[in-house]
Amino acid sequence: MTTTIDKTAGTPGKYKVLGTRPVRHDGIEKVTGAARYGADMNMPEMLHGKILRSPHAHARIRSIDTSKAEALPGVMAVATSKDLPIIQARELNPGQGGPRLLAENDLADKKVLYKGHAVAAVAATSPHIAEEALALIAVDYEVLPTVLGWREAMKEGATLLHDNLTEKFSATRGGAGEDTGNKSNVASHLQLKMGNVEQGFKEADTILEREYNTQTIHQGYIEPFACTAQWIPEGRLTIWTSTQGIFGVRGNVAAILNIPESMIKIVPMEIGGGFGGKGTGYLEPVAAVLSKKTGHPIKMVMSRKEVFEGTGPSSGTSITVKIGAKKDGTITAAQLGMIYEAGAYPGSPMVGGVTSAVSAYKIDNVLIDGYDVVCNKPKTAAYRAPGHPQAAFAAESALDELADMLGMDPMDLRLKNVAMEGDRAVTGVPHAHVGLKEVMDVMKAHPHYTAPLGGPNRGRGVATGYRLNGGGSGSSATINVLANGTVNLTTGSMDLSGTRVAIAMQVAETLGLTAEEVTPQVVDTDSVGWTGGSGGSRITFDTGRASIAAAQLVIEQMGARAARLWEVQPEDVEFVDGIFICTKNTDDKFTFKELAGKLMTTGGPVTCSAMDTQGGVGGALAGNIFDVEVDPETGKVDILRSTVFLDIGQAAHPSYVEGQMQGGTLQGIGWALNEEYFFTPEGVMANSSLLDYRMPTSLDLPMIDTVIIEYANPRHPYGLRGAGEHPIIAPLPAMANAVSRAIGVRMATLPISPGAILEAIEKKNTNK
Amino acid sequence: MQEFEYVAPANLEDAIRLMAEKGPRAKALAGGTDILIQLRGGRFQIDRLVDIKKIPELNELSFSEANGLTVGAAVECYRVYEDQTVQKLYPGLFDSASLIGGIQIQGRATVGGNLCNAAPSGDNIPSLIVQEAVAIVAGPNGRRNISVEDFCAGPGRNVLQEGELLVAIHIPTPKPNFGAHFLRFIPRNEMDIAIANSAVSVLLDDSKQHIVSARIAIGSVAPTPVFAREASALLTGKEANEASIEEAAEATKAAASPINDMRGTIDQRIHLVGVLTKRALRTAISRAREG
Ligand SMILES: Cc1cc2nc3c(=O)[nH]c(=O)nc-3n(C[C@H](O)[C@H](O)[C@H](O)COP(=O)(O)OP(=O)(O)OC[C@H]3O[C@@H](n4cnc5c(N)ncnc54)[C@H](O)[C@@H]3O)c2cc1C
Repeated sequence: MTTTIDKTAGTPGKYKVLGTRPVRHDGIEKVTGAARYGADMNMPEMLHGKILRSPHAHARIRSIDTSKAEALPGVMAVATSKDLPIIQARELNPGQGGPRLLAENDLADKKVLYKGHAVAAVAATSPHIAEEALALIAVDYEVLPTVLGWREAMKEGATLLHDNLTEKFSATRGGAGEDTGNKSNVASHLQLKMGNVEQGFKEADTILEREYNTQTIHQGYIEPFACTAQWIPEGRLTIWTSTQGIFGVRGNVAAILNIPESMIKIVPMEIGGGFGGKGTGYLEPVAAVLSKKTGHPIKMVMSRKEVFEGTGPSSGTSITVKIGAKKDGTITAAQLGMIYEAGAYPGSPMVGGVTSAVSAYKIDNVLIDGYDVVCNKPKTAAYRAPGHPQAAFAAESALDELADMLGMDPMDLRLKNVAMEGDRAVTGVPHAHVGLKEVMDVMKAHPHYTAPLGGPNRGRGVATGYRLNGGGSGSSATINVLANGTVNLTTGSMDLSGTRVAIAMQVAETLGLTAEEVTPQVVDTDSVGWTGGSGGSRITFDTGRASIAAAQLVIEQMGARAARLWEVQPEDVEFVDGIFICTKNTDDKFTFKELAGKLMTTGGPVTCSAMDTQGGVGGALAGNIFDVEVDPETGKVDILRSTVFLDIGQAAHPSYVEGQMQGGTLQGIGWALNEEYFFTPEGVMANSSLLDYRMPTSLDLPMIDTVIIEYANPRHPYGLRGAGEHPIIAPLPAMANAVSRAIGVRMATLPISPGAILEAIEKKNTNK
Repeated sequence: MQEFEYVAPANLEDAIRLMAEKGPRAKALAGGTDILIQLRGGRFQIDRLVDIKKIPELNELSFSEANGLTVGAAVECYRVYEDQTVQKLYPGLFDSASLIGGIQIQGRATVGGNLCNAAPSGDNIPSLIVQEAVAIVAGPNGRRNISVEDFCAGPGRNVLQEGELLVAIHIPTPKPNFGAHFLRFIPRNEMDIAIANSAVSVLLDDSKQHIVSARIAIGSVAPTPVFAREASALLTGKEANEASIEEAAEATKAAASPINDMRGTIDQRIHLVGVLTKRALRTAISRAREG
């Protein structure tokens, strides 16, 4: 069931195209199999590349002998970190990040820092020969103690992953921080403060303190990483790849290989899921180097195991929450300690957690300490609303328990403390026009919230998820008008989620066309202006705004053509409801189509480009309600009912908004109930397959009902907000709250697997 | 994956010869849903893969009152669970064959492959054990019969000798007042490996109040699927009631000797085997009564 609730007065029926459900432009290609994904490239003379990966979680590389592999018939080249110019040019400074660090993650230099870390690559005439050759590469490792998680990493006297990593301390978001000079596995410590928590806790009648833990988990995109590189000798390098951002790949490849960006073309393939994880590339520089060495195109495709072991998952975390409230529910203080595992190199999404955890609420006294901690696991990468779900799991579970302690309804507690426009979050930034209260009101009033649970061993859980979203990185768009009155829309925004149609609909709305009359295309780095990656819920918003701006230029230029034909001034032409009208003589009219047919005789084609650099899609709230039944004998959770709520501002294409809501909910369910990297004490992931890494299947989910809330975003001409991230936040705590209520034990560690539930029930029964 | 030879003989004699020629470097291919994954994962290396699906005898699925059910080694799960006789007389096998993998897997995966693969978690194996199935095997030295409960030798190992192939699985016709059921526990609802499973069969007397005999077999709780002999014997002559069920389920736990791994802990597996056996016995008894 789908419901759309308009919270902004007077908007229904305001738009002709936005809010409708046209067939997506890329739909037919995708369902017929014509669409080409990362692994679909095939070229004459193409070779296959494979990566040798470290069997150890932590070791020093003494030497690499590739001679036997090179001698195997069919092997054309072998590459190591020696072939990456940036690694040869300078030492790694892990605190600095950037392409030097990425290069180290693409091919390890002096040390391997996780099981699965790439150490060498082979190009051969078949993938099987390449694989065989890997076994012939002799790497001499000095195995070091494994620092498997934050606990070991932060211990006194812990083995250090990096000799030259020192802890940075920062008291503001986004600041560079001051270097404490202390050698540590803690890369950075961010402390945000507001008011005085000691005072706040004194004013509280009830205080809850608890520790919440989550494990390393993966985005689980179905398409493994895949790319093909062709480096013409003495010429340009072209890379066809599955990525969330072609310009980011271009910049990184240029820096790693020390060649100008102008020598590189990145061609995006259709992407089979990314969820943030494909914002970072791994294979491109390696494939490029192998292509250079052999003079052949090189194709590289990861296996599922490589995706799990060698690409960026999201952080395992440990978060302590202390929260106090008065009898009436007013929260007086909140203190959080938030440890995020970064994996092998600094850069966990800790900042996302610190800045979002309690930011949907007006709390006068807040103190949050966040820690970015390296350990011998794959370097983490972004995953929808990076860092937010773990933070919300802690904060929103705490609120649920606090509500119980106060004898309050959990939504009432939230509404009592909800932040309003102008209230400052712990970041110091006042809240913009975000519909926090509006979403919570809808959740509380929804029939699901009060429906009878109807049986034993059942529980209902509710939670909200606030995506604190800031800057955009820039988007370009070009529109070409065709003689038949349709337009081609060109952008550089990889389409992960139906953004092509959602952006085309904004252009159609602006030009008075139908969605079908706009043909959107995502093109390569040579063919469109610079565009930041598809992430941060920003594409429908940012690239949408750039496209609207381009459409407005089209109207301007076409108006000038009409003026020429009517022999009036351009100011004398108006564009109303898709029709150009002469204000001097209102009988003079052209439809868009009529005028488009005359362009070639009035001065040639109309082609307009625009760029949006302002960004700033802003934050938004989503929420979930789950009803579950737990089998007390097996610990199995059956989800009986599920409703997701999300503020979208204005839905461009409601089906894809619902898709994001349902997809986020299901990924959140997986994270909450079953997904985790299961590491052996040696740091080997024991469940690196989709059989044992248990993402939900369709049989594990009920219908996920959606409630779209439209509280218009003043920053967008049509009121749009992003949809890509905030739906994954609330499912974690909502599910934890549901199960905890069903079994009468607070579940504070994810995943809440059947085994964990059985143990909790058993403990409860023996303590009785 | 390394290069290997693929052959698809049209008769059993050729198949046995092709197997025997390469000894341990030859493997049989039925549906391939286990072996292809194992080959790709580099679990072992072979020189020859002998496809058995082209051999007519191995595709036979037949039933006669006198001889019982014959499931050829190349018969896929879907053929088994779509078969009306299986649905009526072999309810435990029906249960397990219809929940292996998903619909695509069931179209390929064979019951014989499940048995030969000898995974501790192989879901059909306990069902076969409780219906007293016998494996018919042919090799360079002729034919022999092996009780299914003696077929598995360890995780991924069976008692077949070099060159030997499973030809068919033979299951006797159950007597009247017979019921069986199979249950497994997986954290998801499909596409998962059993943390524990349990198959049971019961034969009731004509009053349908007493158990004449029963068989319980459990999986994922030991190096091979286990026939819980003592727990099964406990039910002989007992009243078919909750007390008997509880007692047998409790005794079944003693037959489990599981390990801790990422899929489950020792305690969890032993506990689940008890729960599953209890629940399976309840259903098997009510099936026997309805039967
Ligand atoms: C996605 C997925 C889900 C699965 N789900 C389940 C599940 O729920 N439950 C479960 O138990 N299993 C499951 N499996 C495992 C597998 O599908 C089953 O074990 C299946 O029954 C194997 O049959 P097969 O015909 O594919 O065997 P194959 O892979 O062809 O063969 C398996 C083994 O038996 C040997 N073999 C086959 N036939 C003969 C013969 N006639 N003589 C001698 N040796 C022979 C082969 O050499 C090989 O070693 C799953 C597999 C996948 C890929």
